[in-house]
Amino acid sequence: MTLVTHHDLPIPGTYMFDGHAAMKGYALNKMCFSFNKAENREEFLKDEDAYCTKFGLNDEQRKAIKERNVLAMIHAGGCIYYLAKFAGIFHLTVQDVGAQQTGMTVEEFKKKLKAQGE
Amino acid sequence: MARVVGGLTTSHIPAIGNAVPREKELVNDPYWKPFFAAYPPARAWLQKAKPDVAIVIYNDHGLNFFLDKMPTFAIGAAAEYRNADEGWGIPTTPPFQGDQELSWHIIESLVHDEFDVTTCQEMLVDHGFTVPMSLFWPGNSYGGVKTIPVCINTVQHPLPSPLRCFKLGQAIGRAVESYPKDLKVVVLGTGGMSHQLDGERAGFINKKFDLLCLDKLVNEPEVLTRYSIHELVREAGAQGAEFILWLAMRGALSGKVTKVHSSYHVAVSNTATGLLVLDNAA
Ligand SMILES: [Fe+2]
Repeated sequence: MTLVTHHDLPIPGTYMFDGHAAMKGYALNKMCFSFNKAENREEFLKDEDAYCTKFGLNDEQRKAIKERNVLAMIHAGGCIYYLAKFAGIFHLTVQDVGAQQTGMTVEEFKKKLKAQGE
Repeated sequence: MARVVGGLTTSHIPAIGNAVPREKELVNDPYWKPFFAAYPPARAWLQKAKPDVAIVIYNDHGLNFFLDKMPTFAIGAAAEYRNADEGWGIPTTPPFQGDQELSWHIIESLVHDEFDVTTCQEMLVDHGFTVPMSLFWPGNSYGGVKTIPVCINTVQHPLPSPLRCFKLGQAIGRAVESYPKDLKVVVLGTGGMSHQLDGERAGFINKKFDLLCLDKLVNEPEVLTRYSIHELVREAGAQGAEFILWLAMRGALSGKVTKVHSSYHVAVSNTATGLLVLDNAA
């Protein structure tokens, strides 16, 4: 199946969460959506593997979750709005997640944010 | 007749949800001071305007809607709207009162106007809704205003275009102005300004573009409706596309629009924050 979604040039380092990604990442995103509820967050922490199985994650998604690798989750179809709920389990802020994806320390990442206001 | 007396926009960053209950101590904190200092003029305007209803145009970030069913435009038709745990620990807020009669009037009018919205008699509202309400009406009573949530999809592409969102706002404005009760209504557009959470481009902020938006939104919003979503993502970042919510707000103001107050600050969390208060005179 071919979906025509974007007619413009790609934006480097930017992933449009579109129909392709939404199909690919459905199980991963559904699991992360479940982390709105405290009891689900606890269940995940008790047995991560079993929880991933319950939601039917594929190998790529399981690996990304296991490694806490946000870019890999995005490549596996993850949508940042749901992934943020996964990050929340480990009390990671969006700045921690931003630093991880850009290969910076959190301090460097915060500096970069601030510098853009000058 | 009901009237749209003005429009307000503000960023709705979750970190603000944590900070709002501590505003009194944080107002002198170097990180938070430039942010909180912007809000007193907006609150003063609201106290003078005394709106009865706030129509809050926001986006859900995965609390109420999931990818199983993702409406492009959804509107609340409930007597009350509740907040709930979003997963990363911002305190939940007290419930918000709805205005079902006005909700259904707007729904009738929108569908008649060819905006086929999803109607919601149950709807959890997330930080996109609660943070602006708590910022504009501190103290958890929200000044006694009733609320109508209008949710626009920014999670899953394709997103509705800036022009389409502006037109939705115009249709909401027409709906309000045809409501027979004497009500004063404010329209909120939440989110923005430039920011990007995901990808190697995370942390992207575009001050020049944000200042252009803050300026043009007052009296030349048409200029901003010409952007495509793709261009908006390029200029404002992946989540900066939330600016379509501001455009929808602006569409609802059809009178003589004047700027009461604006503010811009980089950054809170990963986001450039912006605030705009517009008066809509008859
Ligand atoms: Fe947002």
